[in-house]
Amino acid sequence: MPDTGANDLPFPDNWRRRDLLELQCLEADEIQTLLDTAQTLKDRTGGGRKRLSLLRGKTCANLFFENSTRTRSSFSLAAKRLGADTLEFSSAGSSVAKGETFVDTAKTIQAMGVDWVVTRHNTPGTPHLLARELDCSVLNAGDGAHEHPTQGLLDMLTIRQHRGRLDGLTVALVGDIAHSRTARSNLWGLRKMGAHVIVCGPPTLVSPRWAEIGFEVAHSLDEILPRCDVLNLLRIQFERQHARFFPSVHEYAALYAMTASRMRRAKENILIMAPGPINRGVEITPEVADGPQSVILEQVTNGIAVRMAALWLLAGAADRQAAGEMTEPTQVSQPQWS
Amino acid sequence: MSDLLIENGRLVDPSQGIDRIARLLILDGRVAAIDPSDDEIPSHCHSIDASGRIVAPGLVDLGVELREPGFEEDETIESTSDAALAGGFTSILCTASTTPVVDSPGAVEFVRQKAAKANGVRVYVIGCLSREQAGDQMAELRLLADAGAVAVSDAPRPMCNDALLKRSLDYCRMLKLLIIDRPEVPELAENGVMHDGQVSLVLGLKGLPTEAEDLAVARDVRLAEATEGRLHVGPVSTMGAVDMIRRVKSREIKVTSSVCPHNLCLDDKQLTSFDSRFKVHPPLRSPRHVQTLKEAVADGTIDAIQSGHMPRSREKKMNDLNLAPFGAATLETTLSTVATFMVNENFIDWPTAIERLSTAPARIASVPGGTLAVGSPGDVVIIDPEATWKVNAYHFRSHCISNPLDGSELRARVTHTIVGGTVRFQLAPDANLLAN
Repeated sequence: MPDTGANDLPFPDNWRRRDLLELQCLEADEIQTLLDTAQTLKDRTGGGRKRLSLLRGKTCANLFFENSTRTRSSFSLAAKRLGADTLEFSSAGSSVAKGETFVDTAKTIQAMGVDWVVTRHNTPGTPHLLARELDCSVLNAGDGAHEHPTQGLLDMLTIRQHRGRLDGLTVALVGDIAHSRTARSNLWGLRKMGAHVIVCGPPTLVSPRWAEIGFEVAHSLDEILPRCDVLNLLRIQFERQHARFFPSVHEYAALYAMTASRMRRAKENILIMAPGPINRGVEITPEVADGPQSVILEQVTNGIAVRMAALWLLAGAADRQAAGEMTEPTQVSQPQWS
Repeated sequence: MSDLLIENGRLVDPSQGIDRIARLLILDGRVAAIDPSDDEIPSHCHSIDASGRIVAPGLVDLGVELREPGFEEDETIESTSDAALAGGFTSILCTASTTPVVDSPGAVEFVRQKAAKANGVRVYVIGCLSREQAGDQMAELRLLADAGAVAVSDAPRPMCNDALLKRSLDYCRMLKLLIIDRPEVPELAENGVMHDGQVSLVLGLKGLPTEAEDLAVARDVRLAEATEGRLHVGPVSTMGAVDMIRRVKSREIKVTSSVCPHNLCLDDKQLTSFDSRFKVHPPLRSPRHVQTLKEAVADGTIDAIQSGHMPRSREKKMNDLNLAPFGAATLETTLSTVATFMVNENFIDWPTAIERLSTAPARIASVPGGTLAVGSPGDVVIIDPEATWKVNAYHFRSHCISNPLDGSELRARVTHTIVGGTVRFQLAPDANLLAN
């Protein structure tokens, strides 16, 4: 992997955040900056294959308290392609398993001299707790059913690459909204960028309260399908479901799986997305997942660019604050949704 | 036990309809006179000048969670007692979240002896309603009562067994023993960490639906009506619960209820910080519920305000929201919370506040106190109603430093707590009161 040594990326004036915890609190121009930076880094690295030295000398710690392969790998690659070192941590077999709290574990890792903590945890709000307790930057790689901001960003980047815009598009998030952090990041990100968002699934997985917050709620995929520019098919998270939310997988698939026959009733250029891993035959049939409208693998590629952008922007804000060029980083604001 | 004269204070005693500047004389630990003649005051009598302050019957708490024995890392009986005194309480009723639970006369005796050794607040024991709080069969209720339990409850666990609750209400009628239920249907509340609403939806946190409380209250009041048993439900937190209680009150059913102070001022949006100090039970509900609760306290639908003191150690609270236990140390902020958000916002006046915090809970639990009538225990709280202070949980006497109002500025401060004529708490001169 060649190192281009490029170190001349201008830092955007509007970026002041040291942490990336959620998309709900970001302004539209900040999301735009993240997407533009990701696109620039993707272009400069030839699709993410070349190496830059923008973050040389810095260290990224991946603190994953929940299993993950693709997100962890994506963050590691992103850090390395910008010249940073990485430190991998899994809770299995660690001090957490011996009874240490995850906050103490994170503080220990921080004390090793890391610049970012990338964290995944099965409880909402854990990145916020770490952001209060740690001095380094905290990046949320998924907190329970709350948010997965880089997933939301990579989804938006993928849509923008294909449609050239997000504004005015109709995007349906289909499936297990109740347990989906991907959905919660997509909802806020897409709405801030001007898209019309529909949440679709059975009432047990799609609360009518989403309509009170201003999102369209649908329970019939067949009814909304002709209006959609993008379908993001969310995985049924069997591991998070402690109760049966629908009678059977068979019945769910009959109502909500994207199939070849449903494709024939969709817009011709509809984009088919899925955050993965996908349950083939449940949310999506193989011919659709591997079909011409599917951009599932492009999403994975874009994930590296988005994570490079996030790491670079957070590091830049931290450096500016340390140098006295930026007094107060932007904090998470009180959310307003109704 | 000393003789005490409290002078120049605004004496507020709802039990006697008193609200005026008066002198209060306590002799031999009991109220001897209001506005005594000079002849009645012994020469050795110690006096307190309460100018500009409210003098009221000491506060009575219907529900404090004990953590000793078994969880002394959270709180001991002694620290509970200290915290209660600092909050203006002179009597507390204690539920058992202890190991072992208080389901035997020996366990009641343990608490009573520890409380006597602490020599602070009056501690009244709430015994278990069911053996081992398992919800299967009645504990030895008569023996518990004989050992000193003033009420029975499985709190903090809800009573889930409908048949057992009905039988217990029947049985306790014979014993004239109060049953307290923390209303919740566990199947509906399972794994919930906060109010089930828009905020929990957005945060991706499992909600505690209002129906879980509403259904339990409906069941409770119906069984109380059927058995004519004495039942207290609380703390309550929902509009549905208030509605149900309001309806049965018009039918003279012997049901009373209570609410926690934080449920009268904070709503579920506090959880957007993901801060575990806002993880309390019952949960902080949406603003509509908060408003309804305030109105219900004002109109008397809700009889009493209880602290909801559920102390948990910092190590336990310093965890993610799913793992962090429910609970907060609220004994030391209850009165000021009520003053700030109920009295100062003109929902209630001071006499009503004292009634809800002292007179009513004493009456509900049938324990001494809640009044300054001549012959009553000399249990008194003196309050500076104009004081402003900033809550700093690190200064609490409680071992628990988690409080949903930590960092907030509150009005009114307890300056003295007097139990049986003895000053057991006096606010330090350097108490960091903010300038008015």
